[in-house]
Amino acid sequence: MKIWRYGDNINTDMLFPGKYTYTCSTPEEIKPHLLEDLDPSFSKNVKEGDIIFAGKNFGCGSSREQPVVGLKAVGVKAVVAESFARIFYRAAINQGLILIECPKAVEAYSAGDDIELDVDAGKIVVSGKSFSFPKLPKEIIAIRDAGGLLAYTRAKLKKK
Amino acid sequence: MIPIFKSWIELFINPEMLRHAYMGMTFAEKLFAKYAGEKNVVPGQIVTVHPDHLLTHDNTAAIVQKIKPELEKYGVFSKSLPIIVLDHVIPAASEKTATNHKIIREFVKTHNIENFFDVGVGVCHQVVVEKGLALPGKLILGSDSHTCSYGAIGAFSSGIDRTEAASLMLTGETWLKVPNSIKMILTGKLKPGVYPKDAILHIIGDISASGANYCSVDYHGDVDQFSVEDRFTIANMGVEMGAKNSVFFVDDITKNYLNSIGVSSASYEPIFPDNDASYMQEVEYDLSGIVPMVACPHTVDNVKPASELSSLEIQQCLIGTCTNGRLSDLKVAADILKGKKVNSNVRLLILPASKDIYEKALKEGIIEILVESGGILLPPGCGPCLGAHQGVLAPGERCLSTANRNFKGRMGCKDAEIYLASPATVAASAIYGKITDPRGVVK
Repeated sequence: MKIWRYGDNINTDMLFPGKYTYTCSTPEEIKPHLLEDLDPSFSKNVKEGDIIFAGKNFGCGSSREQPVVGLKAVGVKAVVAESFARIFYRAAINQGLILIECPKAVEAYSAGDDIELDVDAGKIVVSGKSFSFPKLPKEIIAIRDAGGLLAYTRAKLKKK
Repeated sequence: MIPIFKSWIELFINPEMLRHAYMGMTFAEKLFAKYAGEKNVVPGQIVTVHPDHLLTHDNTAAIVQKIKPELEKYGVFSKSLPIIVLDHVIPAASEKTATNHKIIREFVKTHNIENFFDVGVGVCHQVVVEKGLALPGKLILGSDSHTCSYGAIGAFSSGIDRTEAASLMLTGETWLKVPNSIKMILTGKLKPGVYPKDAILHIIGDISASGANYCSVDYHGDVDQFSVEDRFTIANMGVEMGAKNSVFFVDDITKNYLNSIGVSSASYEPIFPDNDASYMQEVEYDLSGIVPMVACPHTVDNVKPASELSSLEIQQCLIGTCTNGRLSDLKVAADILKGKKVNSNVRLLILPASKDIYEKALKEGIIEILVESGGILLPPGCGPCLGAHQGVLAPGERCLSTANRNFKGRMGCKDAEIYLASPATVAASAIYGKITDPRGVVK
């Protein structure tokens, strides 16, 4: 598992350049352009189970959902940040990408530290130091457990 | 929904509820209570809502393709819910974007979508307001981050992602968290040569790109100096400080504007905050002290006075977008450019935010002045703002734009620089080929 470390205000153009927004929609189309203008090594080297650590306001900017779809598709286990922009946060819930808002864990992390993450327990361990983060409200867990918003909506429509 | 006070015990163990039981309500709390069918709501509470409209644009193609079988089986929730505006890549720039537009037109026809605006009508946010689809006290969600613009006329509006738009298209409902509110008090008058864009850039520079994260930003104070067009510019940029929405409360200026587009005050119910509403934060800005501002690469909160950047040469200027492509913006630019020539090292691109604005600007002779000075007119749409077509930058180039975002790579090239400013600063700078404080140039 690799930890990718980025700074504050990582915006949607850095995560997925706007010029591809209307030509790339599927995970396969998105993957090669993920973080293209921020870190060209990311899409080549990211592996299933990797975690991203970032500063404040991760995902700010556009409502485009390709950054979230792409990070989920390449198998990023979670993004741990000091804070997230709200549209990105909603998009992550809707795609089932785990976001963890935990400024103390971000502060404690330095390159090479071991990370243990227990999402359901609301606990992240950075190099032996344990930090807790608030659990998601039940309405949101229901969407995540259904496998994302569209699966949740499909199930709801079937019941009607 | 769960009632707010399940028991007296809960009241005592939850101080937030107790505080709110005795205090007035904010604009956002009142609106969320109304849409959730509750007497009272508190910040942080999750409610289920049915928005009045769902805005989508060129991304409608991707949205409807996600739910093709469900649309065939269940149809859209209501044909009056979606507002679809083709504006992001218009006219189509490739076979792919042309096909997207075609898919959208077919979807509109099949499902009898009532509010569809094809290529050339304008930028979605301008069209939504101009066509009277956003009204005071209404709730609008849109799969575009600048959906927050409709706070200009007292609506609550906010951006969502494509998947949520797809779900809303089918069910008409979603969840929202009741936001905390920030009371933004604007006092004093802007000086000549200083515009609402300068004010909002100054505010974002101060509060930071995440300073209003998840919050409703409510504008109070001397806001009667601002027309609906001015308020639009300020509300539009709410998301650049992380806000969920940003709102100006209905007054005579709002009413007169809505009247002018054929919306009578009988057709909407404005929502006002209580005087004793509880705000998470109160911030005051003296507008009389603000000078022309420029957001420098690559974040919107990296602002500096235009006068400190006067040595910076520019190769492209852009006047337009959902932030500053309205009639008053074009007029300000024309007043500066009248009888002058755009610098030979500069390309000045101009995009009226809608066909309606374009026509008015033509009638008033504004377009003639802009074209005579060397401006290049582009069709009413998003154009170069998002880097997908029209006016893409080359490595090493610098663009001064009236848009709302200067992220690295935003205009199609990661090695170019984008600076944001008011239409007056952009027009003045276009003449000199360098970033120019417009106060020396404004007549």
